[in-house]
Parts: sequence; structure tokens; C-alpha cells
Amino acid sequence: MSPAVLDAVDRRLLNRLQNGLPLVIRPYATVAEELGLTEGELLERLSRLREDGVLSRFGPMYHAERLGGGLTLAALAVPEADFERVTETINAFPEVAHNYRREHVLNMWFVLATETPARIAEVIEAIETATGLPVYNMPKEEEFHVRLHLPV
Amino acid sequence: MSVSTCPSRECPVRDEQGLDAHDRAIVLATQAGLPLVPDPWGAVGREVGLNGEAVLERMLAMAARGVIRRIAAVPNHYRLGYVANGMTVWDVDDAQIDRLGREVAAIEGVSHCYRRPRHRPHWPYNLFAMLHGQSREEVERQAAVLRERLGEACRDHRILYSSRILKKTGLRLARRAPQA
Repeated sequence: MSPAVLDAVDRRLLNRLQNGLPLVIRPYATVAEELGLTEGELLERLSRLREDGVLSRFGPMYHAERLGGGLTLAALAVPEADFERVTETINAFPEVAHNYRREHVLNMWFVLATETPARIAEVIEAIETATGLPVYNMPKEEEFHVRLHLPV
Repeated sequence: MSVSTCPSRECPVRDEQGLDAHDRAIVLATQAGLPLVPDPWGAVGREVGLNGEAVLERMLAMAARGVIRRIAAVPNHYRLGYVANGMTVWDVDDAQIDRLGREVAAIEGVSHCYRRPRHRPHWPYNLFAMLHGQSREEVERQAAVLRERLGEACRDHRILYSSRILKKTGLRLARRAPQA
């Protein structure tokens, strides 16, 4: 995946909006004014950045547990020959929100998000059955910080 | 907190998270993204049967309760040139991890930081911190800062780079209806 070509306005917009959209009437107009853009210009650029995949998402970041949901990070040690098959199996679970290949014996790391905390154990069991591999469940015990900001 | 006897017709059924059916509908309508139109609250409102002001008011309330962390642009790391994304994992003395976790989390460049359970003998690490750089050297420089901060409380650490995004859809939650 190649880095996107961004101009100076895109960069300012990305830096600003990683910090969050204000919860006010006409929020895009408010941010546009801060950046010296028109509302239409800002919306156009934001749409393009989302369509081009520079943004994987634009919207509210919900706190899974405070919505009553379950959330965990889990890992698998997948034999290399089986990697594609297991990827397909794991990704087919709607509860899998993200899945990354990482360089380690534990080479597949995924986030499970479920509608209830109790459902996590059921999904893990289903994944173990479907893949034939033991799941290393690593739910967070303490959250020290969550704030992704990548300056561009 | 005062307890309402709920005399009016406005008597929403709230679930154990304090969300009612309208809140849940807003979550469902926005979890994939916020509409990119001048009046996004109004656009969401048309989907869930509320006016824009009511949507904004409810989203403010959810933000105040921490149900919404913020409304933000989530970049694709790779497209922004952050090609080195390292999950750094540390085996930290249990007696000191809560203090040190907070310190590590405050270091510039750490995007997520959690305490998680060990799985001995294969997995001795209990502190996770995500680092992002334009190169692995950059991530390693950041990791060296963390290593120094952790000092003797840290017995071992690793950097697990992501080599492929296999799936990234974000959370899909709150399909559950509130319980009456």
C-alpha cells in the first residue's frame, strides 16, 4: 500500500480532524472556518480522503464496554501453510473488528467486539473449533491510554 | 442523582448503560461513519426518527458519559507513510505496572497502552504500547525511550511489527435492543 499524495491543506485537515470534530451545530463549517476553508471545500476533501482510503473511517469512536459490549485482543500461532485458510476463517466472523498479521510465533492478532461480554468466550470457542488452534485471549485489564494521532 | 417518577409521556426505557432505544439507533446509524453533509445531525436524525437538535443533544450526553470517546478521523497508517507499526510488549513487575503504565502511556508517540494478562510460558508480557513510525528505526528509537522509563522493572520486551492488515472494519456494536 503506497503513501497517499497529500497537499498542505489535506495535511492540516488530517491533523485537525484526528483531534476530533466538535459536537456543535454545523460542525464541518466550524472546523472549515478554523482552517480558512469553506464548508463545501472541507466536505469535498474529507469525502475524497475517505474514498481514497487515506481515512479508514470518519465518525464517532464508541467505547465498547460503555455500550455494554465485550471487547478483547486475541492471538493465534498459525502454521505458515495454513495462513490463508485461517485468515478467511477468522475474517468471516462478524465479531472480528480488526485482524493483523504480526512477526512473531503468535502471528495473527485480532480484536473481537461482541454485543455482550459473555459472548466473547462463545466466539473464542467457535474460533478454536473452526481453526483447530488454541486462542490466546488477552483482554485489557487496565487502559492507560487510547488516542491515535499520526501527524502528517 | 434524582429519580424521576416519570409522569409524562416521555418515559424512555433505558438499559443498564443508561441508553434508550433512540440512543441505540444513533449508535447503529453512525458506527460505520458520520454523514459528510453540512448538517450531519439532521441526516442521522432522518434515519432514526429524531430532529437534528435531539441527535446532537443525545450525542453530547453520550460523549459526557464517555460512551463516545470523540468524533474523529481514523487514518490508514500506511497511506500516511507510517509503514512501521509496532506493538511493543513488555514484561513489567506487577507491583509497579500501574504506575509505569501511566508513565509510558504519556510518552509522545504511544497511541494505545494497556495492561493485559500474561500467558506463561509462551507469553510473559503484560504491558502493551503501540508505536508508529515512518521506519522501523524510528519505532526502535521510541521503544528505547520506553525501555529507559521502565528501567529495572522491565525484564524483557519485544516489538511485533504488523506486516499485513488482514481486516479492518472497526467495531460493530449495539444491535441489542434495550431491555424493558
